[in-house]
Amino acid sequence: MKIARFHKLLAVAVFAMLPVPSLRATEICVFAAASLTDALKEIAVDYEKKTGDKLQFNFAASSVLARQIEEGAPADLFFSADEAKMDALEKKGVLVAGSRKSILSNTLVIVVPTDAPLILKSAQALVAPEIKKIALGEPNSVPAGVYARAYLEKLGLWEQVRPKIVPTENVRASLAAVESGNVEAGIVYKTDALISNKVKFAFEVPAAEGPAISYPAALVKDSKAPAQGKALLEYLESKPASVVFEKFGFIVKP
Amino acid sequence: MINPDDWQIIGFTLGVATLSTVFIVPGGTMLAFLLARGRWRGKSLVETVVALPLVMPPVATGLILLKLFGRRGVLGSWLEHLFGVEIVFTWRAVVIAMAVMSFPLLVRAARVAFEEVNPRMEQIARTLGAGELRVFFTITLPLAARGIVAGTILAFARGLGEFGATILVAGNIPGKTTTLSLSIYSFVQLGQDTAAFRLLVVSVAIAFAAVWISEYVMRRRTV
Repeated sequence: MKIARFHKLLAVAVFAMLPVPSLRATEICVFAAASLTDALKEIAVDYEKKTGDKLQFNFAASSVLARQIEEGAPADLFFSADEAKMDALEKKGVLVAGSRKSILSNTLVIVVPTDAPLILKSAQALVAPEIKKIALGEPNSVPAGVYARAYLEKLGLWEQVRPKIVPTENVRASLAAVESGNVEAGIVYKTDALISNKVKFAFEVPAAEGPAISYPAALVKDSKAPAQGKALLEYLESKPASVVFEKFGFIVKP
Repeated sequence: MINPDDWQIIGFTLGVATLSTVFIVPGGTMLAFLLARGRWRGKSLVETVVALPLVMPPVATGLILLKLFGRRGVLGSWLEHLFGVEIVFTWRAVVIAMAVMSFPLLVRAARVAFEEVNPRMEQIARTLGAGELRVFFTITLPLAARGIVAGTILAFARGLGEFGATILVAGNIPGKTTTLSLSIYSFVQLGQDTAAFRLLVVSVAIAFAAVWISEYVMRRRTV
């Protein structure tokens, strides 16, 4: 008797663990640049209410995400912080041809901890000896770091500040390093600086002087929910999504 | 094959791991002895705290270290204020992370070694008039030496491979705090698998040597 009951229980348990697609909302797996974290989470709330689909996020540096997608990670949609990562994936043929769209732009800012007395007149001030460490995304791969490096190189400052650079995993880690006061300054996107009250803008890089920052999104070929992914990608370009992006300080591309 | 950058990483990693090991051996050995022989209040608490880095997620240990040694942390601000020494995002942080993470391994091995020393040997030395210090240095320590050396090598090897705590407190700064494991990680992230593979071979070789030597030391019978 006891054994029979156990078997029944086991059967129920096994059934409970089986996925039931018809009864469950579709999960859309979105791989997105770390800088998009807060904006996309807010958009997800609206989107999930509207469609009933569930958004599952993987936020990291776009370079890391691109690498994961290349290795076959189960992404439906990739939202990168730079075009280079998208180009690489496109070349490898892992994206749905023609699905790629450049949606957003951003600007760079130099941030310092809120309680720091420093106000920088220009990026030139990063050379000053008071600034011992500067956090930025890993300058060879993480988009925020690549942009920051391009900017500093354009100003001819890169070689001078290079020894001070603390490269981070993604842009949010640079922000965190400044917030904790463990580095004197950091270069992040304006949108990152805006969400933190532990840092302040020391210098805002004028959009015309900084590198062209572009956030493309595309569908992944191996997606298990291609239709839902497509709908989401369209939504990201819609008015309600744009409003949220702009609220967080992004520049919505026409 | 192995290029100058690789050598820098290998040299740096071996260097900081050696330093951290040298750092923990005296204290670790003493503590192991006290744990093996002493009966004192709070012993089990100390035992548990010492073992924590072994069982805790390395990243969690790293976070604690970051909070302690950060510029605004209790120890970090104190060290910077008093001695002008910066810890986080420097090689010193690598040494600290390695030391903390490998300390339990050393203490465990050394403790077992001390427990295996026959107390009667020490008793005999005492009856022959040797003081406690002399007993320790001429009887106990030599008899436990094999275990301590093996533990030291293990601790060294653990330090070499440290990742989670290191990346939090020391970052991954090429030429400054990048160790073998951090470097392998970055190479994989960058998609430079060949470079990662080169360093992988190096780490396997080092690990192999460390374990082999420690086994050899453990097995060798003092005649």
